[in-house]
Amino acid sequence: MTEPTIFELSSSGRKGFEFPKSDVPKAELPKNLLRENLPIPELSEMDVIRHFTKISQLNYGVDIGFYPLGSCTMKYNPKINEETCRLPGFLYLHPLQPIATVQGALGLMYELQEWLAEISGMSAVSLQPAAGAHGELTGGLIIHAYHQARNDKKRTKMLIPDSAHGTNPASSAMSGMHIVQIPSDHRGNVDLNVLKAEADDTLAGLMLTNPNTLGLFDEHLKEIIEIVHNAGGLVYGDGANLNALLGISRPGDFGTDILHFNLHKTFSTPHGGGGPGSGPVGVAKHLVDFLPNPIVTKIEEGTNDNPPLYGFLKPAKTIGRVKSFHGHFGVIVRAFTYIMMNGDEGLREISEHAVLNANYIQARIRDSYTVPYDRICMHEFVAEGRWQDAPEVHALDVAKRLMDYGFHPPTNYFPLIVHEALMIEPTETENKETLDAFSDALIKIAKEAHENPEILKSAPHSTPVGRLDEVRAARDMILTCTFPEVSE
Amino acid sequence: MYIPHTDADREEMLKTIGVKSLEDLFGSLPKEHLFRHLNLPPAITEMEAFNELKYIASVNETTENLTCFLGAGAYNHYIPAAVDQILRRGEFYTAYTPYQPEISQGTLQAIFEYQSLISAITGMDVSNASHYDGATAVAEAVNMAYHQFRGKRKKFILSPGLNPQYLETVHTYIPIDGNQFLGEDLPLSSPPSALYDLIDEETALIVVQYPDFFGRIYDYTQLIRKAHDTKTLVAIHVNPLSLGILKTPGAMDADIVTAEGQPLGIPLAFGGPYLGIFASKKEYVRKMAGRIVGETRDNKGNRGYVLTLSTREQHIRREKATSNICSNQGLMTLAVAVYLSLLGKQGLRQVATLNYDKAHYAADAITSIPGFELVFDTPFFNEFTIKCPVSAKKINEYLLDNDIIGGLDLSEYYPALKNQMLIAVTEMISRDDIDALVDLLSEVAK
Amino acid sequence: MKVPDDLKFTKNDEWIRVDGEIGTIGITDYAQDSLSDIVFIEFLVDKGDTINKGEACASVESVKAAADVYMPASGEIIEINESLTDTPDLINSDPFGEAWMVKVKLSNPSEIDELLDPNAYKTMEHEH
Repeated sequence: MTEPTIFELSSSGRKGFEFPKSDVPKAELPKNLLRENLPIPELSEMDVIRHFTKISQLNYGVDIGFYPLGSCTMKYNPKINEETCRLPGFLYLHPLQPIATVQGALGLMYELQEWLAEISGMSAVSLQPAAGAHGELTGGLIIHAYHQARNDKKRTKMLIPDSAHGTNPASSAMSGMHIVQIPSDHRGNVDLNVLKAEADDTLAGLMLTNPNTLGLFDEHLKEIIEIVHNAGGLVYGDGANLNALLGISRPGDFGTDILHFNLHKTFSTPHGGGGPGSGPVGVAKHLVDFLPNPIVTKIEEGTNDNPPLYGFLKPAKTIGRVKSFHGHFGVIVRAFTYIMMNGDEGLREISEHAVLNANYIQARIRDSYTVPYDRICMHEFVAEGRWQDAPEVHALDVAKRLMDYGFHPPTNYFPLIVHEALMIEPTETENKETLDAFSDALIKIAKEAHENPEILKSAPHSTPVGRLDEVRAARDMILTCTFPEVSE
Repeated sequence: MYIPHTDADREEMLKTIGVKSLEDLFGSLPKEHLFRHLNLPPAITEMEAFNELKYIASVNETTENLTCFLGAGAYNHYIPAAVDQILRRGEFYTAYTPYQPEISQGTLQAIFEYQSLISAITGMDVSNASHYDGATAVAEAVNMAYHQFRGKRKKFILSPGLNPQYLETVHTYIPIDGNQFLGEDLPLSSPPSALYDLIDEETALIVVQYPDFFGRIYDYTQLIRKAHDTKTLVAIHVNPLSLGILKTPGAMDADIVTAEGQPLGIPLAFGGPYLGIFASKKEYVRKMAGRIVGETRDNKGNRGYVLTLSTREQHIRREKATSNICSNQGLMTLAVAVYLSLLGKQGLRQVATLNYDKAHYAADAITSIPGFELVFDTPFFNEFTIKCPVSAKKINEYLLDNDIIGGLDLSEYYPALKNQMLIAVTEMISRDDIDALVDLLSEVAK
Repeated sequence: MKVPDDLKFTKNDEWIRVDGEIGTIGITDYAQDSLSDIVFIEFLVDKGDTINKGEACASVESVKAAADVYMPASGEIIEINESLTDTPDLINSDPFGEAWMVKVKLSNPSEIDELLDPNAYKTMEHEH
């Protein structure tokens, strides 16, 4: 089933919206500054609503079904979040309004900074970064600035385990670092011997995803941090997998120097079809002055009669601003709502059940799929989508076949250290019936791989479109609709 | 909250896993600090949380209750009701990045249409699926030009008319190491021709803004011609709403266009999430950062859409990628696609014209007050700079007492400009609002 | 997998054909096959550049992977096969013929002796 594009649905002269007539005189614009043609479509409001409603129905989301996409924490997005972030008192605030008029918003941001610091064990938090990778860049720039400020300029080596998140190398490169990859040992931990050999006086830092992308908590966390610190480097914690650790173990308690949060993973804010995210960054005491500009602070303490006065602070040695204004405030309100409703115990239960659910699926499918690092996992685990006695079947085929059973596939082909990886993260919000149905489907697909591999190779069979030709897309490079009336 | 497990479920699941308790699942973690208490407020229910947040929100004074003449990168515009109705569809907002195209055609087609609309209004060949906001889009333009010349050209010319927050972001993003930034320290009154002498064979990119931070509209055609003599690229940062009437960057032969997409149907929301628009000529698409959607066919010959040219991106090219960007502003691109589809050609022209006319009425009325004058005689769109007889700070305090958010006090970014104010006028402002402002300005200037 | 007899190879799957002091460089049949459908090539050098052995001269992309092409030997770039930018699929169909990438005037011909001969390349274990 395909839906025409809005350009194809356009009919010259149609209107979907009208502004009031002008109440001021017409002003003349110099002719040489005027545009000639404006080739955008013309539709009625109903046309527009039907079009976008129709294409929405070609999508799969958490509201429709199980979405066990590893490393993406596709948990349920509570509907109350969508109401609180749209309260008029939040929605209609200009970011540069006088601070006296936005004390509610600033107070909320201040509280969230404090809560995230408490949850992670970091000293201070900036809410400015727009997404996880943006948080990584911020962290990398802080590490760079820290060594520069100490006049220790030769420190440009960033160590990245091969089980780290995919964005880490590019984020480090953008922060002016060169990258050395550290292999994993046979239990999926960072290889300590290689780490020790690389920990010299050019070491800037280590980017540690823990639990890593195998879903495993590194068994030598304390030694790793000690090795890096003894060599004069800083430890960056990629907090994308924090959903395993809420109320369980705080990265800051073990000496993590910098940590980013993904509010759109751990703290239930929706992914929006690829964004917006929000990637706050927390730092230990010695790095507070390097945080991006600005952070929210208490300018005056409150008294019995008066609430505190909140305002902005430019940290003394700030790396500068990493974007406009103060962060993704709409996302921040959603995360704030979620933490409010969970509290200490609720957060701990989230992580306990995220880990329970992952281990349950792992236990259920272990006999049908190879689990290369077979030990108790955290909030996710990695299985192999391949069998020696079904050589033509790949992880991609398993993923596509899962769609026929009504599930979103797991992440595949990541992490790169597992062949034909299927990375499964169920999250805590799924019930046992769903986990069983998904496990049953996986077991059935393993059987099909041996008995009827063709049904996997040609999957999916029940989706709005079949497998799409990516080579054709890359060669044809059709990146826009055709505009029937372009003449400029 | 939101955990569905019953006690019986938990028991059975633990048994299947082969452990006795939930605690046993955390055996590989250090024993110190395990399960420590977090000092957070006690959990509350949805009803209580909603009440508390309503209270917090009520402490703020909003653009609904105050008349807003503040712009400077974020603008108070009307958003048709239909936009949010579409954004609230769970099929859109609870989906992830469309990595599995067979079940993501909704997101993919919406982004493809967004790319097409951006291309249409800017006059550029291609658009990506967005950056975080206007500031990071500008920083990524600098980054892209650096990679386009493979690091061989190290000079970047930044116009003094760029939003100071964008300038700051560029400097955060791009390490000074060996790179040279020119132009931003020129006098604020400098026209584009002041940049000509800075251009040479070492220059990778010139970045200008349209309308610029002070509201001025320049035709950059000559500057671009000059730049192209040395194969230097030119990026123009635009207010996309102004393109309802203004000559396109494409018509000026710009190489890259960036924009803050907020004016096109995205609420002010205290600064975000907004939208970084990024478009370019087709020949530079391989160095463009961020996701791009392309059209193709499925195995039955049906039209469909996929993320394409992915080898440019960080998850494949790793540290050699132009940028580390991964998440984009997917839902915001949808807002813009719906907004532009609703307004259509006539609506976008109408709103741009309303902004232009009202700003000019306001400028005429304000400058008729003795002591108030326009700082620049250049054409402007919906924002202009005025010089006041007293400090902008004093004026804004007086206006706020009368339920008006005044323009940006320019001394916040340029300490010497104590008496200068940047005033934005959108379609949300009525003639009466402007007349009321003028009365108050006359009073405060006495 | 084709491995012509008259070429020398690197472990990284580049080939070089030496004709006097001129070397012609491309990627092997194995390399094109493991990348699958190649959709793009970008040259990282310009005519006249002097490039050392081991430095990248081009970058090729399929839909799922990107790979740099490294110089098997040092020298001055004297010719670039620009036509490949329009027809990158030639790298799949004729990797040792029409899809040559650059020609180089060798500055240190003894480097050629360090490369793999066809037999050694055939029996080598590939890393990817």
